Amino acid sequence: MTDLNKSGTPETGAVAAPGTAVGEVAAAGSPAPTAFLEVRDLRVHFPTDDGLVKSVDGLSFRLEKGRTLGIVGESGSGKSVTSLGIMGLHTAGQYGRRKARISGEIWLNGQELLGADPDEVRKLRGREMSMIFQDPLSALHPYYTIGKQIVEAYRVHHEVTKDVARKRAIELLDRVGIPQPDKRVDSYPHEFSGGMRQRAMIAMSLVNNPELLIADEPTTALDVTVQAQILDLIRDLQKEFGSAVIIITHDLGVVAELADDLLVMYGGRCVERGPAEKVFYEPQHPYTWGLLGSMPRIDRDQTDRLIPVKGSPPSLINVPSGCAFHPRCPYADVPRDGITRTERPELVQVAGSEEHFSACHMAQEDRTRIWTEEIAPKL
Amino acid sequence: MKPLRSSRSRRVVGAAAVVCALLATGACGGGSDEESGSGAGFNAAMKGVANKSSKKGGTLKFVNKQDFDSLDPQRQYYGFAWDFSRFYARQLITYAPKPGNASNELVPDLATSTAKISNGGKTYKYTLRDGITWEDGSAITSKDIKYGIERIWAKDVVSGGPSYLRQALDPKGEYPGPYKDKSKDKLGLKAIETPDDKTIVFNLANPNGDFEQMLAMPTGSPVKASKDTGAKYTNRPFSSGPYKFTSYSPGKSAALVRNPKWDRKSDPIRAALPDKVTVTFNSNLEVIDKGLIKGDYDVFLSATGMTQSGRTTALKQHKGNVDNIETSFVRYVDMATKVKPFDNIHCRKAVIYGADYKQLQTTRGGPQAGGEIAPNMLPKSIKGADNYDPYGILKRGGKPDPAKAKDELKQCGKPGGFSANIVARNDQPNEVEAAEALQESLSKVGIKLEVEPIEGASSASITGSPSVMKKRNYGLSMTGWGPDFPTGQGFSQPLIDGRFIEQTGNYNVSETNDPEINKFFDEALKETDPAQAGEIYKQMNHKVTDLAVQMPFLYEKNITWRSSRLTNAYTAAAYNGRYDYVSLGVK
Amino acid sequence: MAVREPPPGGARTAAGPRTVLAYVIRRLFAVVMMLLVVTLTTFAIFFVIPKWAGSDPALLFVGKQADPEAIEGIRKKLELGDPLLLQFWHFVEGLFVGRDYANGSDVTHCPAPCFGYSFRTEQAVWPQLTDAMPVTLSLAAGACLLWVVGGVATGVVSALRRGTLWDRSAMTVALAGVSLPIYFTGLLSLAIFSYQLKWVDVDYKGLGDNPGMWFESLILPWITLAFLYAAMYARLTRATMLEIMGEDYIRTARAKGLRERVVIGRHAMRSTWTPILTLLGLDLGALLGGAVLTETTYNLPGLGRLAVNAISDKDLPVILGVTLIAALCIVVANLVVDLLYAVIDPRVRLG
Repeated sequence: MTDLNKSGTPETGAVAAPGTAVGEVAAAGSPAPTAFLEVRDLRVHFPTDDGLVKSVDGLSFRLEKGRTLGIVGESGSGKSVTSLGIMGLHTAGQYGRRKARISGEIWLNGQELLGADPDEVRKLRGREMSMIFQDPLSALHPYYTIGKQIVEAYRVHHEVTKDVARKRAIELLDRVGIPQPDKRVDSYPHEFSGGMRQRAMIAMSLVNNPELLIADEPTTALDVTVQAQILDLIRDLQKEFGSAVIIITHDLGVVAELADDLLVMYGGRCVERGPAEKVFYEPQHPYTWGLLGSMPRIDRDQTDRLIPVKGSPPSLINVPSGCAFHPRCPYADVPRDGITRTERPELVQVAGSEEHFSACHMAQEDRTRIWTEEIAPKL
Repeated sequence: MKPLRSSRSRRVVGAAAVVCALLATGACGGGSDEESGSGAGFNAAMKGVANKSSKKGGTLKFVNKQDFDSLDPQRQYYGFAWDFSRFYARQLITYAPKPGNASNELVPDLATSTAKISNGGKTYKYTLRDGITWEDGSAITSKDIKYGIERIWAKDVVSGGPSYLRQALDPKGEYPGPYKDKSKDKLGLKAIETPDDKTIVFNLANPNGDFEQMLAMPTGSPVKASKDTGAKYTNRPFSSGPYKFTSYSPGKSAALVRNPKWDRKSDPIRAALPDKVTVTFNSNLEVIDKGLIKGDYDVFLSATGMTQSGRTTALKQHKGNVDNIETSFVRYVDMATKVKPFDNIHCRKAVIYGADYKQLQTTRGGPQAGGEIAPNMLPKSIKGADNYDPYGILKRGGKPDPAKAKDELKQCGKPGGFSANIVARNDQPNEVEAAEALQESLSKVGIKLEVEPIEGASSASITGSPSVMKKRNYGLSMTGWGPDFPTGQGFSQPLIDGRFIEQTGNYNVSETNDPEINKFFDEALKETDPAQAGEIYKQMNHKVTDLAVQMPFLYEKNITWRSSRLTNAYTAAAYNGRYDYVSLGVK
Repeated sequence: MAVREPPPGGARTAAGPRTVLAYVIRRLFAVVMMLLVVTLTTFAIFFVIPKWAGSDPALLFVGKQADPEAIEGIRKKLELGDPLLLQFWHFVEGLFVGRDYANGSDVTHCPAPCFGYSFRTEQAVWPQLTDAMPVTLSLAAGACLLWVVGGVATGVVSALRRGTLWDRSAMTVALAGVSLPIYFTGLLSLAIFSYQLKWVDVDYKGLGDNPGMWFESLILPWITLAFLYAAMYARLTRATMLEIMGEDYIRTARAKGLRERVVIGRHAMRSTWTPILTLLGLDLGALLGGAVLTETTYNLPGLGRLAVNAISDKDLPVILGVTLIAALCIVVANLVVDLLYAVIDPRVRLG
């Protein structure tokens, strides 16, 4: 993960005014990036009866091939919306009058996706980038066999016969650890167990050797024991295929061993990001502390748990002014020098770590003190 | 701009078409008159013969809602079926092919003349014409006629038709019918003799001046024994008339073509103009009316009147195609004299004075579609009918006379009025409504009616059962009646002769058993001169009216469509005001 | 590499042919029982209840002059004197082996399947039913084709253009279609296209007699009937489609890079068809028993009109026959729908 500020892109651009053309590139004219995936100032807004829902509001990050990025946050923080945005799934299949408004830039392999022809993006979907969803039971079509669904995914992008595609499907099913793949290829999703279904889902997403794999809560719907197996599988496969992987989760535990980098989202924005070990061992943002505190730990007594994040996620229509987290922040009263409450904290590089950023008004020494003295001992 | 305008005007036209259809007046169409031609004039077939013509050929197209009750002449009881059966069934004598009341005259058909009556009115003898044939060319013999009539005795097989001949010839019911007849030729009925193929003699148990009326009904038709299929004869009757069946599918259609074996010279009655006669059954009266007005059909077979929308269109735009026929039907209320308080004549009269006849007429469709206000029971087409009006109904223009009604109530001993039940058939058009109209007008003089709707099919076991009427306290019955044959006997005897009171299927609902009235019938039956008999029926009718056991209120009239291409159309009293179907032709 | 999971329970595999056969046999048995109950009930309604109400079915056939002897004759012919269960037994027996209607010397044989004998028309009931069935079948099949194509297409387009002017107008028309009675739309269509514009002749002709006129006579009834149902199907399709379009597997299909055409046409439609086919089976079953209003309005000599005529004529054997056929159609349609369901939806297991 590299620091975006270095590349000259403003971290917080002007919020796209309502009515901005869909897919318009906000920061037009900036040079094509060198990273494999680069997201610049991504905004995804949904017009509703109650007002404009700003699900993602100015998000930027980079990801190189062979690396794994974990995007962490509670539900409604905008992490899934981000992944769907990258896949171009907000604009595909948009019917009726209310369309999502998306701005910013998404560069994949040197190609900008938001401004590109939707059909070009479609051709990338499933081949260059593919996705694993949270609940494989609902994400797989109940009326088609697993094999048929994998064959279909393969044949969209490869002009091969059904037999060839079927062999490929069996090969993939075998690869993801499904026993008797030549038989199970003809089973329906409901005939699989939850873990098997997710394996099949993974097989389907890998069938075209994608360079980017997005796993959206891949283990949430699964048993704890199966969770570990699936995560192991994803890690193994990444090593094998060398793809870039984004794992989206609300559970820091899921990405603890997997992610190279972490991005913590709150209220549609990034509040902290950096190398995984940094974020885990020197977290800078009170929200990250909360997430760490709510991590299930086998070696700890549950009653002991501290700093669970109190309160409910912010409204995405009327995002709290200043730091969006301040209504829930236990340290909102810690004095800040010369900063008004209505000022929004910028993502600032953490001193002593080139790739570690945090958006918090507290002085870094205060944060370090609180972390080392109050939080860390209790974890 | 131009295409825009044209598409808009098209839309306007489309909308107009919808409105036209909705209003069903067609006033905006305009074209319909030209295509169906113009009629011969309003009531043209009432005043005389509309489009008199002897041109042969073409197809005469009937339409109807209801199927025939039967095509078997011995099993028919629907009036329209009788009228229609003239196409394929002949009798010894029949009704004259003349307009209006003149049709009531009996004229020889298969016979050379009307009967030679002897033996004190108990023996009727006929000689058959030459050249009368069946559709296979064989001669119609006196034995065929006898066999046909014998079939009425097989009550379980040949059911449904009138039983007058049976009662007149074998009142004790000794003959078992041809199917159980032990004699070789199945001609075991003693009351009918066939000394040779050309002669037939009827020996009546008692004299009956209307016996020829009974022979003129389709029950008097010949049936060739070798062609008798019993109960299934209705599906393909063997023709003795100018037409024979080519097809009949119940509820769908029927078609007849000329019977080439029929000899025109042998039949002075039947004009037989069209080459083909068809009947189409359609379950939707609105559609029937539209088809008539469009010109798809010529005549509505049952002639029971048009729907309200059809009537409106017909009278507004095609008045020349309309006849306002008199049906010989009387709409009336029976007053059960065995149910209190109708045992008291004053309470009965109170009902008559309290009733609003004008309102009843309106309820049934007004003067044209409903009929004329009736001061007494006998319809005008029946000999003996007059304007006898002891209660001054016509004088008052049909309005009630509350003062007199209250006076009668006082004399009845119920000065404050009384409560009673009135039965009405819920499947007969406007019958329940008429009962409700009566309920409304009588409530003004203190008579409170409760309307009891019943199913028409079950009326035989409700109004037709004196014990049920009494048990359920049904004092009044809203009903209607048409004559089986156009004489005082045919119309009135079942309704008012005390000896006709039955335990089921009773039509003498008032249970009138007045010796004087019974005697009138006996006298009239002995009379072979219709005019003389008419005089007696007149006195009988006056007496019935004085007794106030029935409250007639309407001589029914209908609006009937006559297609523009229809020729030789006249309404026949003998067929309840329908056109004489066998005389009709098409242009 | 992850630890292999044990294969999930074998019980979750699809039902074998033997299970299906057992299921079908069980259902067929239920069908037969159901038909017996329907027959018995219809019998009771037409032969017992009038007796309680004090009216005699024999009186319906005797004509205006009901003399006791004639009534007795009819009663004997109709077997009204026999106990209900015996009459019922004779009827059921006749269905399989045929029966004789003896009436003195007048014996009428009614061959199997004998659905009774109508004393009103003096014909066996079964030929009347087989005469009427092709008409009803023509009407139902044609209308069904129209309404499925029209209704489903409208529903899909409406769902995909949710909230647009098209969607709103289509759904308003659909609401009108559902609420307008057939005798209104039917008469209106007759008035306009047959009587005013004279485009079509509505006199029914059999397909075998004259295919052209068969088509011409049925086109209005098809459209009118289809309009009524299409409205229902459009609304159902739209609602189902909207629900399906929000399903995760539709998102998965898009994520695979499938064209939107394929996403809707294959993935969304596959699921949308399920409730439509269920409804279709039941509607078709009910319709095959006779589209009473349509057949009456357009004078089509199908089962519906046969029933109406029979009811107005109090022709009990025909009423019984039509009721049975209608019940049979509905029951069989139910069975077919259930079997079809198992074919369409692999998750459904028969049993």
